[in-house]
Amino acid sequence: MNQENVLEIRGLKSYFFTEKGVVPAVDEVDLIVPKGKIIGLVGESGCGKSMTAKSVMGLLRFPGKIAEGSILYDGKDLAQYKDKELRKYCGKEISMIFQEPMTSLNPVLKVGRQVRETLLIHDRSLNKSQAKEKTIEIFRSVGIPEPEKRYNSYPHELSGGLRQRVMIAMAMICKPKLLIADEPTTALDVTIEAQILRLMKQLRDETGTSILIITHNLGVIAEICDYVYVMYAGKIMEQAETFELFDHTMHPYTKGLVASIPRIGKNPERLYTIPGVVPNLLHLPKGCAFSNRCQYATDRCRSEKATLICAGEDHYIRCFHVEEELAGTGGAPLQADLTQAEPEQAELTQAKPADTQSVSTEVQA
Amino acid sequence: MDEVKAMDFNTENLSSQIGEKDGIKEKLWRMCRQNKLAAVSAIVILLIILLAVFAPVIAPYGESDTSLTERLAGPSSEHILGTDYLGRDVFTRLLYGARVSLVIGVMPSIIALVVGVTLGLLAGYLGGWVDYVIMRVADVMLSIPSLLLAMVVMYIMGTSVVTLFIALSLTSWASVARVVRSQTLSLKETEYVEAARSIGVKRWTIMFRHIMPNCIPSLIVLFTLNIPSAILSESSLSFLGIGVQPPSASWGLMVNEAKQYLFTSPWLCLIPCLVIMVVVLAFNFLGDGLRDVLDPYMKKQ
Repeated sequence: MNQENVLEIRGLKSYFFTEKGVVPAVDEVDLIVPKGKIIGLVGESGCGKSMTAKSVMGLLRFPGKIAEGSILYDGKDLAQYKDKELRKYCGKEISMIFQEPMTSLNPVLKVGRQVRETLLIHDRSLNKSQAKEKTIEIFRSVGIPEPEKRYNSYPHELSGGLRQRVMIAMAMICKPKLLIADEPTTALDVTIEAQILRLMKQLRDETGTSILIITHNLGVIAEICDYVYVMYAGKIMEQAETFELFDHTMHPYTKGLVASIPRIGKNPERLYTIPGVVPNLLHLPKGCAFSNRCQYATDRCRSEKATLICAGEDHYIRCFHVEEELAGTGGAPLQADLTQAEPEQAELTQAKPADTQSVSTEVQA
Repeated sequence: MDEVKAMDFNTENLSSQIGEKDGIKEKLWRMCRQNKLAAVSAIVILLIILLAVFAPVIAPYGESDTSLTERLAGPSSEHILGTDYLGRDVFTRLLYGARVSLVIGVMPSIIALVVGVTLGLLAGYLGGWVDYVIMRVADVMLSIPSLLLAMVVMYIMGTSVVTLFIALSLTSWASVARVVRSQTLSLKETEYVEAARSIGVKRWTIMFRHIMPNCIPSLIVLFTLNIPSAILSESSLSFLGIGVQPPSASWGLMVNEAKQYLFTSPWLCLIPCLVIMVVVLAFNFLGDGLRDVLDPYMKKQ
């Protein structure tokens, strides 16, 4: 394992062994989180983003299971760890923020106590009042007003944004090396979203914590990520540095995602949507998982599985078209006929009415 | 008037939308205002508890003071509720009997609650064979007539207050375990339990600190509904002569002792029966009232 990396996921396969068959929620995912970087994992609902995160945290529940692959953290393979051993890392070195701040705090416990619990579990040397002080301190640093008062609040007394700040406090209080944020801003409105993203970036700068951010919102990616993985039906479809990805979008799926971002002033009458829905993971197409929705799909796409190939500097892609184009063997050139497919960074950051966008990209399976 | 109603509806709607929840105190207060029967029941229960606690102070005579010259006397100014076949003051006996009956109503319910909650949490959270074994044992317990089981236990282990506790709690933990298990099954899938796991909370802590407090509303209801059945069972057992032993007083025992004088001195039998009925009804009404405000899901069942 490279010392520069906090987390290395190698060939991870997380499967659900249901009565109807094996569901490959995560299929051979390779993902690297370097120290101090913010990595984005983007894709539609049900494409296996959250399952990747849950695999790392050991939160998969029956019938879900890590079938193969390794999750290397600090030279150790977390995939081989038993639940009990894994709990020692969770919260202390790796922690997670959940999507719904409304439901990820226990309604019957005071928020201060819930945050304090993390400290007390992982640092036996602290007594309760010291832990309380530290909790109030972290409340202040994540921008919770009147932290002493909020310490004794119940979750229902706080707004969504404050609750998400509490979740961040809970995740950051032990100064973890890796923070996994599973759609941290999806349930929040746009102004709060911007605040929370700024906060996460600031925490990264202050503590050097690496962040793996999972989202369906390319706006979020453009705003804070250094490197992006695009996931579809359990597989990584494209990966590149953020600027590279937006400047040279190659995969038809990524192009579709980018094209379906609403933009002020540039919108045609109708917002672009990727036709069709995510395929049922139980009955994946024989070839490329995206072939049934891809307008460039050929017979080859439908019958063979593509592999991840290098398509530029640190830019990998899983698509026969790009492969053929690069090899110069013909194949229909990928015209940029999704007209809005050349985004500008500045615009992307502004264009984030997350809800409208999710409607268009998230045609639920 | 209509406008006021509409406004009430709106605020209720709004508060449920933004996820505002009343605390338990507010809910209890709301119950007292809306459900007069439950409020009266609560007062009755409080009153009886007070009478039981201060029995030695309030009682005009000693618990087993006999006065053979005044046997089977009717209500009078000296003995408000008359005397029994040994000339003991019935009012005094009732007060002391309240102590026994209440303790026997409450203690087995507490034991059943502790055992039922623990086993229910284990079954629900751990699942697998633990769940299977616990729930099958619970099924067996629920399939045996409870009074019969209690009688068998009392016969085998002898009659004492402790065996009475054991006998009565043996029969009621299973229903508690069932309720807690079903709640645990749904609660363990919630995001906050997942979040707790993600910060490294241990299984036991998750069960007892994160899941259990969420079950408290239904537990309060179960508890208040368990008490009257325990009181009734105690009365039945004492009536059959295998519960509380004389000379201690208990309501069931008083009915038992009075049954021979049912035609000559009916009040001896009727008064303890009436008291049992009032207390059992009060607990039931209170339990129903609590269920309505604390546990909207159980209401529908």
